[in-house]
Amino acid sequence: MGLMKIFNEEHEMFRAAVRSFVDKEVAPHVEEWEAAGQIPRAIWPRMGALGFLGVEFDEKYGGAGADFLTTAVLCEELGRSRSGSLAMAVGVHTDMASPHLYYTGSEALKEKYLPAICRGEKLCAIAVTEPGGGSDVAAIRTRARKEGNHYVLNGSKMFITNGIMADLHFVAARLEAGDAEKRHRGISMFLVERESPGFSVSRKLDKMGMRASDTAELAFQDMVVPAENLLGQEGKGFYEVMRIFQRERLIAGLHAVSMCDRALEDTIAYARQRHAFGGPLTGKQVIRHKLADLATLIEAGRWLTYAACFKFQNREEAVKEISMVKLFTAEMANRVAYECVQIHGGYGYMREYAIERFARDVRLFTIGGGTSEIMKEIIAKEMEL
Amino acid sequence: MKILVPIKQVPDTATQVKIGADPKGIDTTGITWIVSPYDEYAVEEALRIKEKRGQGEVVAVTLGSERAKEALRSCLAMGADRALHLSDPAWENADTLTVARALAAVIKQEAPQLVLFGRQAIDDDMGAMPAQVAELLGWPCASWIMEETISDDGKSVRAGRQVEGALDIFNIPLPCVLSAQKGLNEPRYPTLKGIMGAKKKEIKDVKAADLGLAADGAQLLVVALEALPPRPPGRVIPGEPAEAVKELVRSLREDAKAI
Repeated sequence: MGLMKIFNEEHEMFRAAVRSFVDKEVAPHVEEWEAAGQIPRAIWPRMGALGFLGVEFDEKYGGAGADFLTTAVLCEELGRSRSGSLAMAVGVHTDMASPHLYYTGSEALKEKYLPAICRGEKLCAIAVTEPGGGSDVAAIRTRARKEGNHYVLNGSKMFITNGIMADLHFVAARLEAGDAEKRHRGISMFLVERESPGFSVSRKLDKMGMRASDTAELAFQDMVVPAENLLGQEGKGFYEVMRIFQRERLIAGLHAVSMCDRALEDTIAYARQRHAFGGPLTGKQVIRHKLADLATLIEAGRWLTYAACFKFQNREEAVKEISMVKLFTAEMANRVAYECVQIHGGYGYMREYAIERFARDVRLFTIGGGTSEIMKEIIAKEMEL
Repeated sequence: MKILVPIKQVPDTATQVKIGADPKGIDTTGITWIVSPYDEYAVEEALRIKEKRGQGEVVAVTLGSERAKEALRSCLAMGADRALHLSDPAWENADTLTVARALAAVIKQEAPQLVLFGRQAIDDDMGAMPAQVAELLGWPCASWIMEETISDDGKSVRAGRQVEGALDIFNIPLPCVLSAQKGLNEPRYPTLKGIMGAKKKEIKDVKAADLGLAADGAQLLVVALEALPPRPPGRVIPGEPAEAVKELVRSLREDAKAI
């Protein structure tokens, strides 16, 4: 890593372990999972046993008590697996959904659910987006009302990653109507078991990419949730949601960079062995320069991401930097995808080449977890324009 | 049952080895170092024996530079209980016999019931250690084992070693030396908890004097490493398959004298 050493010996040991797992237990099955449109449930307890599903959680809940950079290593190695779907499914479970419980849940809730989450026995999804609004979180319409010892929720949720298989859904709902001044007011997070009366999966969504990761539309009809499953303080959930969004966006950046690393390696390997006009493609200046540009772009994305990782790890305010990471790496990944497919020529357009899947998978990055347009708005706001 | 596993840190299998500026050694810049893969089978088997018996201790040992501690930590992360690091200027240019003497001395001190080696280190491929150490200790030795079962009373081991087309089965009294062949098991990767816990485990530094050994001059000295001559380019035999195969067979028989 040159002059600046990011990862220590333990991080590198963990990297080697994740890489072995990916080589032996993921890589041989990626095509099969993509075709089936799901990742087998059996891999989750396996990842749990290896410590992938509770990296930063305290040992008393079954976690490993490691730091954020250890999570970064996991993201990078899963990103390199050529299965964007697996990277995303794991990322949602470990860094987008369960942190709501870990950072805002009561002691009793944590003791009840976290060990099974860390073991990969209970899988998690985060349900914020609704059919009528994604980026505009404050416009949430799912309503919750308190009735005695429980809450009753009504509404629906859209584009929910892990929505089909998840046992635990972290659902954002509104306890009171917001007003024009404070649109965020009244939004809270609830931990909902899939067996809850009134919970249903409306349909499994058919996607352009990330096809092995299941995505669902959910419906809540007078869904009953125990009062103690409210996370954090009533009506103040929005701020906690936004804080964990920062983590989610950083994870997306780490995935984008590492997926691009692998795509570029695959493209270079292809360009070396593909001959045209009497020599390998890597001998053609137009291709060499394109590859040099892509390597430079990815390196810039990597260090922008690492810089934000450092701030996040040190618990510094990093909304602007993390939004820049999300914006830059998502746009970068799509440019890398375009050029890598181009270099592959006709083969790049064929399903049998991993680069074709990569190009479909990364299309999500400028949309999911906050669109590029929203990122620019956040950055502009942080710049006090 | 106490099991001692001597291991060696070697360049990663994917390394493109280059001869160093000093031609007695390789250029180590940019090399990723790993536990020699055969040694991983030995560590795994030792852990399985301990787990199966429900008790015991697995001790990893290496002789090498400060950097070799990383390899010991990998073994601790896999589940070894503690480690010994043999490091002393006296062993700087040690040959296999010097290393074997050091290992034999540490084995005498530790008095394990079983010593499990990898069949050879994948860097210099000498494969001398298991036999040399067993000889120095006067212990029986079975090399390249594909399976083993320790008797319930812990007094002997039934080991199968690979021979052409068959398994050679031995009943060996303990203590003894075994060396692991590929296929003995599938080594585990360390869990994150194992990695986090490894730093709390002991790596004890052992000097030559601690073993009552003085520097003994190496009897085997590397004079120089020489690169192999570059491989001549392949030959493409053109023509129809039926004709081309005839020419291929003739060429293998007469030019290459391979058949």
